[in-house]
Amino acid sequence: MILGRVVGTVVATRKDERLSGTKLLVVRHVDPNGKDEAGYMIAVDTVHAGPNDKVLIVTGSSARMAAGLKDVPVDAAIVGVVDAVDKTD
Amino acid sequence: MLLAKVIGTVVASRKDPGLQGVTMLLIQPLANDHKPQGKALVALDSVGAGVTEEVFYVRGREAAYPFMPREVPADATIVGIVDEWTA
Repeated sequence: MILGRVVGTVVATRKDERLSGTKLLVVRHVDPNGKDEAGYMIAVDTVHAGPNDKVLIVTGSSARMAAGLKDVPVDAAIVGVVDAVDKTD
Repeated sequence: MLLAKVIGTVVASRKDPGLQGVTMLLIQPLANDHKPQGKALVALDSVGAGVTEEVFYVRGREAAYPFMPREVPADATIVGIVDEWTA
């Protein structure tokens, strides 16, 4: 899983029908210290993340294992809101 | 599978039900000279690894297999603690 920060939302009226009812968020990649990195992605939110929340994103086919996303055409899902990252290196 | 060093822990109270009770660790992938290579990522732990230990981890859909039959949204899971390795 990778760490990200919620920076925006995506609204799409016309989309795959299995995406109906999903919440699409724009997520910026961040390092373990919370610093922004290059790159972003659109991820389906499954944990009611909000703007600026630091989140855990599961990518690839594993994203479909997240709650409510079985057989949904997604490759990135937000599966956790991060409380703390304790880096000891 | 790839080698990495455990460099930290991650705590998230609000998360997918499949992740409840599963340890999440911050890992730094390693090159074959034991030096850091690439970006740190968050992996689930299936073997009881600890911070500073060298481990190997599996990526992709297979990362969910150690937790079967539970449905865990995992794309990286530590599946072994390395005693020693040469390359």
